[in-house]
Amino acid sequence: MSKRITLAHGSGGAAMAQLIQELFVESFSNSYLAKQEDQARLPMGELIAHGEQLAFSTDSYVVDPIFFPGGDIGKLAVCGTANDVAMCGAKPQFLSCGFILEEGLELSVLQQIVCSMAQTAEQAGVAIVTGDTKVVAKGAADKIFINTSGIGVIPSNISWGAEQIEPGDQIIVSGTIADHGATILNLRESLGLDGEIESDCQPLYPIVSALLPISGVKTLRDATRGGVTAIMHEFKQISGYGLEVNEADLPLAPAVRGVCELLGMDPLNFANEGKLIAIVSKGSAEQALQAMRATEAGANAAIIGEVNRSGRITVKGCFGGSRLLDLPSTEPLPRIC
Amino acid sequence: MQYVDEFRDPKYARLIIERINQTLEAIPESRKPLQVMEVCGGHTHTIFKFGIDQLLPDSIEFVHGPGCPVCVLPKSRLDECIAIAENPQVIFCTFGDAIRAPGSSGSLQDARARGADVRIVYSPLDALALAQQNPDREVVFFGLGFETTMPSTAMTLKQAKLNKIDNFSLFCQHITITPTLQCLLEPGDLRLDGFLMPGHVSMIIGSEPYQFIANQYGKPSVITGFEPLDILQALLMLVEQIAEQRCEVENQYKRIVQPQGNQQALIAMQEVFEAQQRSEWRGLGDIENSGIQLNKEYQAFDAEVKFCPEKSTAKDPAECRCGEVLTGRCKPTDCSIFATSCRPDNAIGALMVSSEGACAAYYQYRREEHQ
Repeated sequence: MSKRITLAHGSGGAAMAQLIQELFVESFSNSYLAKQEDQARLPMGELIAHGEQLAFSTDSYVVDPIFFPGGDIGKLAVCGTANDVAMCGAKPQFLSCGFILEEGLELSVLQQIVCSMAQTAEQAGVAIVTGDTKVVAKGAADKIFINTSGIGVIPSNISWGAEQIEPGDQIIVSGTIADHGATILNLRESLGLDGEIESDCQPLYPIVSALLPISGVKTLRDATRGGVTAIMHEFKQISGYGLEVNEADLPLAPAVRGVCELLGMDPLNFANEGKLIAIVSKGSAEQALQAMRATEAGANAAIIGEVNRSGRITVKGCFGGSRLLDLPSTEPLPRIC
Repeated sequence: MQYVDEFRDPKYARLIIERINQTLEAIPESRKPLQVMEVCGGHTHTIFKFGIDQLLPDSIEFVHGPGCPVCVLPKSRLDECIAIAENPQVIFCTFGDAIRAPGSSGSLQDARARGADVRIVYSPLDALALAQQNPDREVVFFGLGFETTMPSTAMTLKQAKLNKIDNFSLFCQHITITPTLQCLLEPGDLRLDGFLMPGHVSMIIGSEPYQFIANQYGKPSVITGFEPLDILQALLMLVEQIAEQRCEVENQYKRIVQPQGNQQALIAMQEVFEAQQRSEWRGLGDIENSGIQLNKEYQAFDAEVKFCPEKSTAKDPAECRCGEVLTGRCKPTDCSIFATSCRPDNAIGALMVSSEGACAAYYQYRREEHQ
């Protein structure tokens, strides 16, 4: 194979066939993909055994830079979609994967990304069962864009949703916030904190699985773009209730806090790629917290606030006063995922 | 976190507030409420973010001063820098907080969306590096701010001159605060009882330039840091001066500010800049000696000499009350367009643009109290 991606790799000819066979089919190695039909053929029986409803989600990944401490665009593309599927309690099982490659991309870069996707998929227990590759002329895309869609089955006894939120419910975050956003910012703006911060990009299903048996869990969301702030506003929008976060209770890595202090940015607005927010009834909150902390991905979970009747999203500061937590009016940092 | 948590300890905040309350008792009721101007937008932001005004008695009122460079950036100047940014040869570099400031036909961000090559930098040196990396382009740095940012612009220009990087130039919107403070103290209808002085400007210029406030106008002032306990301690010092009928320039921010300032920075500034006869401040109008321009030796680096943008005469809409807010004559919430047509996502007045602007702070932290 040539050392760089050319338009021929997307043309349907021999170069494309070779790329699919030698890179994608071999790396993602599973029986569905190996059949090389136009579609993956998924056995219904196995799915139905777990529940009656499918969870189905899609997301596109355009992060810049494509490699960053703690992950890369491939790992992000697997975790991001798998996590979206998992937030309703479903175990992510199958992913599709569409690549848009820029002409001239080094093949070794693509290999590294595909290898990372394969490893992450294996770790998350999902199979990448169907895919597509397009190559666009140099300058028409930036190196590599990836779209993934995912499917999982929602367990029949689980029906989480933000409409179940009630005053008094506790807000739990599964670990330190703002790691991904701060990592990308540090890298892009050369802030010089190399080695001290890395993205939290990781599969969240292990935490979700630990929460399945707990009856007081109301809803989960992964706090990606827009950070914790965006999720709180979504919860308010759907439930009509207010939410207040205690600033002092927010789990924050010291270097991430440093970045935020230095640039005057609020960590609540920063993206995460491996953190979820759970809303849990007061009575079950401690049990949920311990269940989350017992998982590797949720070791730093913390209760950070409570649902109230105010209809406002607020932060309680260290001096006791509350301030409004607005949705940021502009994107602080484009192309973070 | 070191140097942060120590200055946010609620225990000490309570102690200082108790002492402020005790000291206030010694001040006659007829003098209250005391009107204290925090000159710097950084202080405004801290006061709102930490709810410091809510912790204090009603007998202290904050007047949010003009020390936010983005807030006082006139529309006409923005129009001129956007005209330069839209030159296809130009890479226009700006600090991030200026990118949304509204000119007559939108902001630098809007110009970028129309195709202008506008980039956010964290230091003028980043812009100079861009000039070296792009010898076939013209790189213009938008020099904005008080003495806090002036030394780094000066040092960058010295390097550009030394290394003969002639595709680098400066759009100079540096301004200096003391003539504006003098201007605020002149009219007489403004009742200010004291000032919290900007910590980072003072780090460069020292405390001497503020002496006229005590000597000529009989007002006490305190150079103040940016953490909540800094502001509370500075307020205590100010209230003590008023109670003891003293009038001095005191320094609360001793860990950073030396009385003589930073000599190296001052020398660099003198080598590159000179005072401009007058400069327009958004909301305040023309203020004598408040502008800064490149001196003769550095004129080759003046983007306005290089690109000759058409002079703009744009003014703020009449309903905008930024000037009155900046001088403490009204609160943001007294303005008819506050939070209605003027919002952070559609800023009409300059004070809504920067997070350090009084209107943006009211909007972000307090607006529901007023609805």
